[in-house]
Amino acid sequence: MKIHEYQGKELLRKFGVVVPRGVFCPTVADAVKAAETLGGSVWVVKAQIHAGGRGKGGGVKVAKSLDEVRKYAEQILGMQLVTHQTGPEGQKVRRLLVEEGADIRKEYYVAALTDRASQKVAMMASSEGGMDIEEVAHKTPEKILKVFIDPEEGLTDEQAAQLANGIGVPAGSVDRAIATFKGLYRCYMETDASLAEINPLILEGNGNIKALDAKFNFDSNALYRQPEIVAFRDLDEEDPDELEASKHDLSYISLDGNIGCLVNGAGLAMATMDTIKLFGAEPANFLDVGGGATTEKVTEAFKIMLKNPKVKGILVNIFGGIMRCDTIATGVVAAARETHLSVPLVVRMKGTNEDIGKKILSDSGLPIITADSMADAATKIVAAVS
Amino acid sequence: MSILINKDTKIITQGITGKTGQFHTEKCLEYANGRNCFVAGVNPKKAGESIFGVPIFASVKEAAATTGATVSVIYVPPPGAAAAIWEAVEADLDLVICITEGIPVRDMLIVRNKMKKREAAGGKKTLLLGPNCPGLITPEEVKIGIMPGHIHRKGRIGVVSRSGTLTYEAVGQLTEIGLGQSSAVGIGGDPINGLKHIDIMRLFNDDPETDAVIMIGEIGGPDEAEAALWCKANMKKPIVGFIAGVTAPAGKRMGHAGALISGGADTADAKLAIMEECGFKVTRDPSEMGKLIKAMI
Repeated sequence: MKIHEYQGKELLRKFGVVVPRGVFCPTVADAVKAAETLGGSVWVVKAQIHAGGRGKGGGVKVAKSLDEVRKYAEQILGMQLVTHQTGPEGQKVRRLLVEEGADIRKEYYVAALTDRASQKVAMMASSEGGMDIEEVAHKTPEKILKVFIDPEEGLTDEQAAQLANGIGVPAGSVDRAIATFKGLYRCYMETDASLAEINPLILEGNGNIKALDAKFNFDSNALYRQPEIVAFRDLDEEDPDELEASKHDLSYISLDGNIGCLVNGAGLAMATMDTIKLFGAEPANFLDVGGGATTEKVTEAFKIMLKNPKVKGILVNIFGGIMRCDTIATGVVAAARETHLSVPLVVRMKGTNEDIGKKILSDSGLPIITADSMADAATKIVAAVS
Repeated sequence: MSILINKDTKIITQGITGKTGQFHTEKCLEYANGRNCFVAGVNPKKAGESIFGVPIFASVKEAAATTGATVSVIYVPPPGAAAAIWEAVEADLDLVICITEGIPVRDMLIVRNKMKKREAAGGKKTLLLGPNCPGLITPEEVKIGIMPGHIHRKGRIGVVSRSGTLTYEAVGQLTEIGLGQSSAVGIGGDPINGLKHIDIMRLFNDDPETDAVIMIGEIGGPDEAEAALWCKANMKKPIVGFIAGVTAPAGKRMGHAGALISGGADTADAKLAIMEECGFKVTRDPSEMGKLIKAMI
């Protein structure tokens, strides 16, 4: 689960990381009022959407007067902000953050994330802040420093100092950088984050180390014990179909193709998408109905797939284990009837009660095409839609 | 032979009295020698009772001491699952199989680091399979986990995968064309887990009753590439490889917590390429896994 920058900064502040003074603003009037309250002569008006790359897309502006604050707030609020992470349609801006200006002398990068190979939390830092870190990693990997943290000891002073010195923090600010890194690590652990990134982390003229941005991602397995994080959830930022699917305990992701697919198991679902592509078409979605599919769940899954106007055919691929093929077949027949299915449907079933499942399909009188293997199923659905 | 488990393995079930634990325990007891293998359950509140004829103990330690069990399987719900793993480790078991899906990553990080430290300090090495996995089976001997037993046949092909239903798919294909399995192992879909592809490939390589292996992976993480490099230098048996997620977009979690492309090296294409370089027979068509292995033995 992702959150907005202003929410991330709220979290960081709690853990002792210095962030600019700022105010969350849902309207233009709020933005102007916020700038007045903050005082000073320079403000930053920042679009709050979950995607990165907001600056390049025109979603971050520096204002030198209250009139400019109003002008930029009017421009940004309500715009369809297009960044490399939003896709071509962009994301509508519904929230702003207005902050005091910062006296930037140097930009750094720091992030905490879970490293799968070492099975530890890694803290990464770089002197090359403000840039796309993947590009830095690609072109100048020596400019990224990493330490691996023992969860029982936490980030040690030595490790934090190693990072601060390694990225060239001036001696007078090293202690402040250490406090920042330790705060970031504690924040990461205590909120069950899966990514906590500050880019840029800046050095100010007065020697302060400050987080100018905050990007967080959280472990969805741990949300049950993080009510404060769950309260940050912004449903406007989520794909409405994926949201609807999650309410029915379905794992669904929209894609760009025209073949809907319904599968049990995440690995088999990906393999089914891949097979569709291999046989010349593109999948319209990833959909894992999970182990405990019922008729209702299958019907909801059909409804969600069919909401996508691009869908020209559906492939159901089930390997019956604990979940029996007859249960799924009953669900598929009911779903096809309830949704008045008008696109071709190919069903491939294997495993527990396969024969009963196939009989239910053929007895239904519906024009369901059955298939034996995944390749056979993909060939048939591709032929049916073209 | 087989890997990790056989008909003589003695097993403790942690979470035996929960809904999931009961459901699968009954199926495991019915499968092959299960009645003799599943010797104990654990639930501190129901110690002294029994379920399906399996005695319940207050702790793993007590269950192991009384029954001589060396393996446990965990169906404990996510909030208590990491603690259940640690309890099994502290009881000095050989192998812990954690079926539970949805354990917070932080809990797994902490327990994995504790396990490694305990081992480094001279403590007993307890292997962990999973979490978020279907378990493992040695066909016609014993099944530990949630896979459908009836699709398996005893034989000489090893199967290892991060995904449950893709394992069943591979096993189903093998059985259909008359090839049985020595063992089929689900290592699970979580980012922080125990045994990895490389560990299972080592075991299959050393198992005289395994002739060839189907290795199935998916997007996300470095494990398949690591296993491929090890196999290039060490593996003496033919391998068919498949990676799910060629069509998965970067940055999106595809169902499994660990199935997330986070850089250039953990895409399906990158993994397929390295596996091919390392001498695997790779396929982009998962329907072919069984046929390909048949052609190689």
